[in-house]
Amino acid sequence: MMNELLLMKSELAVTAVIFILLFIKINDTTSNETVLKIVNALLVLNVAAGFCCVDITGELFSGMFKTNALIAFEKNLLNIGTLLISLLSYEWLRNHRHLPEFFVLMLSSLLGMFFMISSGNFLIFYLGLELSTIPVAALCNFDMEKRQSSEAAMKMIMSSAFSSGILLFGISMMYGTTGTISFAELPMLLTGSPLQIFSFILLFTGFAFKLSVVPFHLWTADVYEGSPIAVTSFLSVISKGSIVFIFLTTLYKAFAPMGEVWYNLIFLLSVATMIVGNLFALRQQNMKRFLAFSSIAQVGFILIGISGGGQNGISSSVYFVLVYIFSNLGAFGAVQLISSFSGKETIDSYKGLYQTNPLLSWVLTISLFSLAGIPPTAGFFGKFFLLASGAEKGNYILITIAALNMIVSLYYYLRVVRAIFMEKNEQPIAAIQGSIYEKAGLIICVLGIIAVGLYSPFYEYIYALSVF
Amino acid sequence: MFEKLSLSLIPLLPLLSFLLLGLFGRKVFKNFSGIIGTGALLASAGLSLSTAYNYFFVSGKVDGVYQKITALKITWLEFSPGVSIDIGILLDPISVMMLVVVTFVSLMVHIYSLGYMKGEERFSTYYAFLGLFTFSMLGLVMSSNIFQIYIFWELVGVSSFLLIGYYFDKPSAVAAAKKAFIVTRFADLGFLIGILVLSFNAHTLDFETLIQRLTDPNSEYMRSAIAPAFLGLSSLTWGLVLVFIGGAGKSAMFPLHIWLPDAMEGPTPVSALIHAATMVVAGVFLVGRLFPIFAISCPGALELVAYTGAFSALFAAIIACTQTDIKRVLAYSTMSQIGYMMFALGVSGYGNEDGLGYMASMFHLFTHAMFKALLFLGAGAVIHFVHSNEMNDMGGLRKHMPITHITFLIACLAIAGVPPLAGFFSKEEILLAAFHHNKLIYGIALITSGITAFYMFRLYFTIFWGKEFHSHGEHHGEGGVVMMLPLILLSLGAAFAGFIPFSQLVTSDGKPFETVLHLGFSIAPVLLGLTGIFIALRFYKTQNDLSEKISSSLSGFYKSAYHKFYIDEVYLFITHKVIFNLLGKPAAWFDKTIVDGFINRLGSSSEKISEETKTLQSGQVQQYAAYFLAGAIGLGIIFIYVLTLK
Repeated sequence: MMNELLLMKSELAVTAVIFILLFIKINDTTSNETVLKIVNALLVLNVAAGFCCVDITGELFSGMFKTNALIAFEKNLLNIGTLLISLLSYEWLRNHRHLPEFFVLMLSSLLGMFFMISSGNFLIFYLGLELSTIPVAALCNFDMEKRQSSEAAMKMIMSSAFSSGILLFGISMMYGTTGTISFAELPMLLTGSPLQIFSFILLFTGFAFKLSVVPFHLWTADVYEGSPIAVTSFLSVISKGSIVFIFLTTLYKAFAPMGEVWYNLIFLLSVATMIVGNLFALRQQNMKRFLAFSSIAQVGFILIGISGGGQNGISSSVYFVLVYIFSNLGAFGAVQLISSFSGKETIDSYKGLYQTNPLLSWVLTISLFSLAGIPPTAGFFGKFFLLASGAEKGNYILITIAALNMIVSLYYYLRVVRAIFMEKNEQPIAAIQGSIYEKAGLIICVLGIIAVGLYSPFYEYIYALSVF
Repeated sequence: MFEKLSLSLIPLLPLLSFLLLGLFGRKVFKNFSGIIGTGALLASAGLSLSTAYNYFFVSGKVDGVYQKITALKITWLEFSPGVSIDIGILLDPISVMMLVVVTFVSLMVHIYSLGYMKGEERFSTYYAFLGLFTFSMLGLVMSSNIFQIYIFWELVGVSSFLLIGYYFDKPSAVAAAKKAFIVTRFADLGFLIGILVLSFNAHTLDFETLIQRLTDPNSEYMRSAIAPAFLGLSSLTWGLVLVFIGGAGKSAMFPLHIWLPDAMEGPTPVSALIHAATMVVAGVFLVGRLFPIFAISCPGALELVAYTGAFSALFAAIIACTQTDIKRVLAYSTMSQIGYMMFALGVSGYGNEDGLGYMASMFHLFTHAMFKALLFLGAGAVIHFVHSNEMNDMGGLRKHMPITHITFLIACLAIAGVPPLAGFFSKEEILLAAFHHNKLIYGIALITSGITAFYMFRLYFTIFWGKEFHSHGEHHGEGGVVMMLPLILLSLGAAFAGFIPFSQLVTSDGKPFETVLHLGFSIAPVLLGLTGIFIALRFYKTQNDLSEKISSSLSGFYKSAYHKFYIDEVYLFITHKVIFNLLGKPAAWFDKTIVDGFINRLGSSSEKISEETKTLQSGQVQQYAAYFLAGAIGLGIIFIYVLTLK
């Protein structure tokens, strides 16, 4: 009994936090500052809880729910990311009317992701996916007085309903042709008939939609732009990370016999995603949109790692998600801090930032360098492992295209850095004094970016975990 | 044997200087920053010299062969079983030679900058960056692992970026820094993929194991590596070509050279250190490092190295004739000389006398570092004196700057290949190697050596002879002892480095061999060099017009006015009409418009395409759903009908 509960410890911990928050909401007398103190303390505990008993492996509900060291590690990554978002959004949340709801919704979505990652069959997977999506649609609307924000929420819910429909269609056909919804039984029953290929593609679009892989990415721009920055970063980091994890499980395990199909599919889409994502990012003037589009391009790179298959495929993708959490949240955090103090979000308004906010400038620069993959930041190693994993299949066309895209991305990341350090501005953004929460969040991000790259046991640990 | 501690200190001392000056320089050390940086470098250079002495003359040679010694190896990351990234120190003839070159030139630049950069606002930042660069460069040459070399390769690029952009309030400097960074990053990605390809085939990142596995025709690694992989070439060829692209980017080989002339926006001592003597030869070093694989397993890739090098040598030399900015002339000249080193590797074989080209290339790398650093530092002194980079603003400086004048002359004679200065010996070996292997390249090299002599002396005469320069502002002396000492030391190097018996020390397989200097062979290049100097003398030594020329010729030096006039016309025609207009100007135009323009076009056209794609993003959810569905169905069609029907 105790052991079985321990298998679900991450889910139980998050559920507990959600309930505590609901009680706080019912009382509704606590000030926002106090709530934030409690929430952040709880989230720290939640992360800590995730790190105890990581080695437990097992299944529940006759294989519907399963966990192992790798899955536990993935959940911990998502926990850390959520904590960072909470810390970095302090200034924005401090004045928000519906503070507890924000966390209830975000943590519900996180809970959905946990179930999704742990799922052993399509049913739990689908439930988890929906639980992770629907609360986020509500979150998109959290800039309540802005019209754009409600538009983003509407677009999010409509698009994901559409995508879920297609996904379900795929699942049902898969069930129709094989007679199973269990990941473990599926490989034995796959024959590779055209109908199965088609239903696999429909299933695949469900993942592709969530990861905003081209051509299923069109919702991303509007939703990312309209939503509050905290939600945008949740969508582009945590949500994508969780999908990468379950994507690995399904492709490498359930659909192992269709390896050739999904390899070609990923090859095609990763090329399209990198190119389109980069071309969009190139022209953006708004930092939020810029980061959002660059995150599309980053997904293209993750797909290269996934295409490699095997232990390297898993370890390089998981490692990249770890790096990506620190780098992207560091960048988003800095942008959010600047935005909530000065209201400025365009790249032009960042000119001369270094004169007034040297430390913040360095944080943003290090994060952008990591996103661009410049050594010795962790982002470089992340990209390198992804490319190395992709190169194992000997597909040099893919690697070459990736390399060219890295140049293009370098160009636009440097554009921001240049604005910060090298361009003059008559009225630079005034000096910003963030709270202890934001400082802690940014420091964790920067330390993460440096340490994860330079301290090799991180990768070695992930590599050791990366077996099914 | 080799003390791990003292070896590690060679790169770590400059790093320490970087950290100290970077963190506390501005507040604590202020004007002492330069002394601290120079002191660290002095110690580092001393250790390098003792290491070199120890390696070459005491314990490096076993049974008459110089060994590859892995003095230190720390496994840093086990990437997958058998493939690990190590941080190590590999000692072999070329790395030990490079240690000496890097620390010596860096020390000279450190000392020189004490005077040249005095009074700069960010004096300590400058020395911090110099320390970072020196650390990275030393780490690069000592690398025992191909991935380690890549990391330092990138660090070198970053520090070069920082130093080019040192005058960051100058927009042209910022643009140049960015251009250099992006162009070399482009090449570096080639290198990175090359590493992936090579290590994927050899299952190792360690240099020694890599070379051993990819040169043994019977190994299983070799069999898989030479099987045709992509576009009819083997993956080994692809790997080596990609690595060479990386090297070509750093070493400014055509067409990846476009960043080098712009990089001259950095402070002049930096150009001497990075863009003349050390960083730009990293590509040559890299090819040299992997040379056994190139020479034994993949002669095709070596051909590419040879032709790229030869073409770059000629191309850059021609452009150098048309430049008027003193530093740009030197930049193109650097590119041309590195071209020499590259094609020398390209025409070389492996082992014993066959490895003449390899030896000659490393020899030239060594001598070039001396005279080119000297030229840049001399140019720095001149610029310091006249406050301008333009040759037209200079003239008659020999009276004002006697030491600079003499040392600059020595360097010019050395680069022109006049015996018995350093450049003569190394260039002769290169020409000899080319003569034995490839007559076409030999021809190109011969012509280039004539042009080299011409443009160097054009520079020399315009600066130190000719009309008196127009002064801007008040004058000061040549720059004190800290600026003159490096010039004198380097000129000793430029004068006497040629007498070092390189074939006894640095060879492709570690075995010494004998070289003989064929006097008959040297006649042609030396004559061509002297002709080049002579033409430059006629045109640029004095600012006289035609009547003055005639009168001077009547007074003695030339026999016949008519004859001289005729020769002048021919010279004029050949140089001004043929070389300038027919070759130089189109080459410069080609360089500026086509090569540079192509890169710019690449940027602007991708912006245009992105503007086009924007229209897809209409904001209408129905449309998004339609695209979504179309995408799903399209993929279905592709995968069911197209891919399964083949």
